[in-house]
Amino acid sequence: MDTPDTAPPQDVPPSKDDLLVDSPKGPRRGSGTSATVPALAGPQRGRGKVRIGDRLFAGSSRGSGIVLLVVMAAIAVFLTIRSVNAISHDQGNFLTTFEWNTQEGAPLSFGIAVLAFGTVVSAVIAMIIAVPVAIGVALFISHYAPRRMAQALGYVIDLLAAVPSIVYGLWGALFLVPHMLGVNAWLNQYFGWTYIFGQSQPGAQPRSLFSVGVLLAIMILPIITAVSREIFLQVPRMYEEAALALGATRWEVIRTSVLPFARSGIISASMLGLGRALGETMAVATVLSPSLLLSFHLTDPGGSTIAQNIATQFGESQGVGRDALIASGLVLFLITLLVNGGARLIIARRKEYSGANA
Amino acid sequence: MAKRIDVSGLNAYYGNFRAVEDISMTVEPRSVTAFIGPSGCGKSTFLRTLNRMHEVVPGARVEGKVMLDNEDLYGNGIDPVAVRRTVGMVFQRPNPFPTMSIKENVAAGLKLNGVRNKKMVDEAVERSLKGANLWNEVKDRLDRPGAGLSGGQQQRLCIARAIAVEPQVLLMDEPCSALDPISTLAIEDLIGELKEQFTIVIVTHNMQQAARVSDRTAFFNLSAVGQPGRLIEIDATEKIFSNPSVQATEDYISGRFG
Repeated sequence: MDTPDTAPPQDVPPSKDDLLVDSPKGPRRGSGTSATVPALAGPQRGRGKVRIGDRLFAGSSRGSGIVLLVVMAAIAVFLTIRSVNAISHDQGNFLTTFEWNTQEGAPLSFGIAVLAFGTVVSAVIAMIIAVPVAIGVALFISHYAPRRMAQALGYVIDLLAAVPSIVYGLWGALFLVPHMLGVNAWLNQYFGWTYIFGQSQPGAQPRSLFSVGVLLAIMILPIITAVSREIFLQVPRMYEEAALALGATRWEVIRTSVLPFARSGIISASMLGLGRALGETMAVATVLSPSLLLSFHLTDPGGSTIAQNIATQFGESQGVGRDALIASGLVLFLITLLVNGGARLIIARRKEYSGANA
Repeated sequence: MAKRIDVSGLNAYYGNFRAVEDISMTVEPRSVTAFIGPSGCGKSTFLRTLNRMHEVVPGARVEGKVMLDNEDLYGNGIDPVAVRRTVGMVFQRPNPFPTMSIKENVAAGLKLNGVRNKKMVDEAVERSLKGANLWNEVKDRLDRPGAGLSGGQQQRLCIARAIAVEPQVLLMDEPCSALDPISTLAIEDLIGELKEQFTIVIVTHNMQQAARVSDRTAFFNLSAVGQPGRLIEIDATEKIFSNPSVQATEDYISGRFG
């Protein structure tokens, strides 16, 4: 019925497959026929009058693009030069040394391992806690709560996102840390066998990577929630009705039409949150009692993250010591880049199934 | 599989606004009943009360009785979700799930019903796609996205998805209004075949279409904008289009109105 009998035959005689409108060969044929279009439009476009507004807009947007690239290149060059300088003065191994001695006078010896470990682990803990909760809150706001309540909740969430991180840090250090004592003891008692929740010094102040992870989770919750909520609200009504008309319950509607449609959006929202968790500085520095020990006992005090280490060490470092901190910043930059690249891969893998094509 | 629908004294509201007033009619099993009438006359709203889709709009409610054989769809203890599994629906714009393949789309309803057996699902997918006259066009690419099909194919995919769960009744809300004439013809042919198994109710703005596909036609009208829609008359399609008993119907189908 829908066979394109107007499509010109290609070099091969039309086989059964070619009768399909959107067969895998479709794009090839499409590009073949569209090749005639520029031939028609070309001369007109070339000689047509260029309007001043178009020219201004094209120029300014091109300019913005170039400025962005130049700034990025400048940052990359700066980071790389200073990092190379620092690493060449490193007496230890930058990847495996478990210390950070950059003070004036002492031999320079520093390694990224502990810092990178602390950064990744605290961010992962934050994501594990925050993403499911954020999706739940966003779904509640978009699909369950009565309209008034949803609006009020939306405002509260936006407000949470506006709290400065140092305030979160103070709250974390003065309220969360003391209250984590009980949680840690409970985890130690029932989940101590997992090793990561076991405590080598029970009862120690929980200024640990785990507490940092919990605090980061609270900090990234609003951004993930706010973005996910917008995505959930954008799911076209017709897909939800399609599921409803098949006899889906509310949860089944969400599972069959809302969540799949919002999948790439949820990933993007999580990446925004992860970016904040990886780079968070002040809140981590306030809560953590830093040490350059790499320990998988996540509830033990100690550990360190890249951003926190830069903030605490920067004042005491000079010259090459500062370059060492810049090298750690470059690593943080690379970690973020890797994570974002991975997320893009996940999104692209099922691109043709994404709701954006509908 | 097909059941009779008996509607009596049905009113449908959006908040305080009464969209449809006091409708009573009978829809015969294994036949096609067409609803025609001007925009805003409540025919789509009324259609959506027949599978309790009306009430998913916030503030919307229904009064009256809709009997499916001997069961009141609005009776106490009736689960609207169960109603929608018995009374399927096809929408104006084709809406296959964009994140699912052709096969997953057809199987979506079965999955909601808890059918897990792979062989049973495969059989139902083939049977439904054949029933929707789509099998020959898609059998070699069942794992491709459903959104990659043409508009007419997508609409037949939606019909396949609706009949896969073997409903008693199939409601169609202007199923061809977003389609070209050739795809429309395909759907109309399909409706003729489906009525041997299902009770079909179709809303259409196209009076030739109503005349072509339906056995009985109901004409809806509203006295003025802001007034509720009413059922003017329902009769055999031939009679409605040749010799209607109400003047307003004749005015509408002959283009003399307003």
